[in-house]
Amino acid sequence: MSRLVGWVFVLPALAVYSVFVLRPLAATVRYSLYRWDGVGPSTWVGWDNYRAVLTDPDLYGTIGHALVLVVFFTGGPVALGLSAAAVIRRAPRGRSVRAVLLLPQAVPLAAAGIAWSLLLSSTGAVNRLLDAVGLGGVARAWLGDSSTALAAVGLIGAWALLGLCTTLLLVGAERIDPALYEAARLDGAGPWQEFRGVLLPGVRRELGVCVTVTVIAALASFDVVYVTTQGGPGNATSVPGLEVFSLAFAQREVGLASALAVVLVALVVAVVAPVLRWTR
Amino acid sequence: MTTGPWERAAGRLVVLALVVVTLVPFADLFVTALHPPGTYPTGLTWPREPHWSNFATAFRSAQVADLLASSALIGFGVVPLTLALAAPAAYALGHLRFTGHRAVFGLFAVGLALPLEAIVTPLYHQVRDLGLLDTRWGLVTALTAVHLPFAVLWLRAHFAGLPPELSDSARLDGAGPWQAFRRVHLPLARPATTSLAILLFAWTWNHFLLAITLVDDPARRTAAGALGAFQGRWGTDVPLLCAGSLLLVTPLLVVFALAHRRLSTDLTRAAARVPSGRFERDASGPGN
Repeated sequence: MSRLVGWVFVLPALAVYSVFVLRPLAATVRYSLYRWDGVGPSTWVGWDNYRAVLTDPDLYGTIGHALVLVVFFTGGPVALGLSAAAVIRRAPRGRSVRAVLLLPQAVPLAAAGIAWSLLLSSTGAVNRLLDAVGLGGVARAWLGDSSTALAAVGLIGAWALLGLCTTLLLVGAERIDPALYEAARLDGAGPWQEFRGVLLPGVRRELGVCVTVTVIAALASFDVVYVTTQGGPGNATSVPGLEVFSLAFAQREVGLASALAVVLVALVVAVVAPVLRWTR
Repeated sequence: MTTGPWERAAGRLVVLALVVVTLVPFADLFVTALHPPGTYPTGLTWPREPHWSNFATAFRSAQVADLLASSALIGFGVVPLTLALAAPAAYALGHLRFTGHRAVFGLFAVGLALPLEAIVTPLYHQVRDLGLLDTRWGLVTALTAVHLPFAVLWLRAHFAGLPPELSDSARLDGAGPWQAFRRVHLPLARPATTSLAILLFAWTWNHFLLAITLVDDPARRTAAGALGAFQGRWGTDVPLLCAGSLLLVTPLLVVFALAHRRLSTDLTRAAARVPSGRFERDASGPGN
């Protein structure tokens, strides 16, 4: 068989992908070196846009916010998923339980944002619960208070990803040979050694997928912020995705938007590449 | 190793907590939707008189029927188009291993991790220049392209796992690579393709960023994109907003409920496989 016939099979997909993904990606890199309002003539500005991204607090602040979101989006689901796997060791048998855990994957983040805006509002269920346990003093409009808004957005993302990570980690833990646990016990391993020595290596691949998916979701977050806070109050919850969108389409600063987008891609690669290497 | 009653009880408790946390936002959306329109109800309270009519009101006034039809149309465009493009490409990458297949694999792998924000501005200009702005076709094309990396790599993993003898015997019967693909490999790929189709449909239905940038008219967007506009228009009437949101997410929940068993099996299996893809390829591929 000719070594070239494969190209005929790949070509249509590669063409569509190149024209509608790779070409725009290259264009973003090119735009990032110009000052352009999206309509008129553009002027070459070299690295100026990147300099602005790294020195303007409104712009590099968005990257800081994205990194905070990683703590919530990744830290929450992975920590809870791992503890669940340590305690349960096997995925729940009930079919409906599994379906419920994956439910957040089936609704748009925009809808999750609307639901959580209700829960976190000043008269919402979260505050009522706090009131009921005598913590009424800390009650507030969680998404409207600039000191808690970012954490509240992070909580919504954590909720959306919790079931997916838990399911993946539980199924991974189920595959671990029970003899390994027995051997660990015979060697006198405590729960912590068991966790480090048996569970963690056993679910390494699943862990890698969870971390990769959640980190990308956090760094590139857009939907939840757009629906719940629009980046506010002030710019307490502004994230790179939202800033790229508003710079490019509302403020007509295509060059600046593109530079921020390129920095975002670099950040994703910088975080995801070591994770993938570790899990291999 | 035996699990004691305490461990089992703790396990149940953990699962119960997870289920409750997952369901609370849906429950809140539901009970809020039953409050009198125009009120701002306190969280998670059952209304004195449930206003079931809110669902009918929201369905009519927000033209939910149109929005659902639009989402479905976009989905029925994106899914077949993506599968038709991805299946042959995945077959070539996983099974034919032509000269340069590694480079092509790498190009598609880039797209897996790429934040859409990195392409949205030029994509907007490009779709505008093609005269497809504000049309479903523009959105269908863009969504197909951004879903291709996942679709290709998902199916590639399937084709890479097939024994080479399968093609050898097809070749002995005089079938060319295309016939071998159509008659032998494609039918065998059916389960993998079905799961992928459901995932693609769900992601299209729930897609937000490109829907709000490429299409101005909410009635021509995906369900998630329409929700964004919903919020602007109905933000003042919380019960109706909740009723409308539930109407927009329900059809997909039904699909999901019917298919979740296969989906959760396939997804977890894929997760165990994804990072190992490289070894599997290196071990069996002739290289280039």
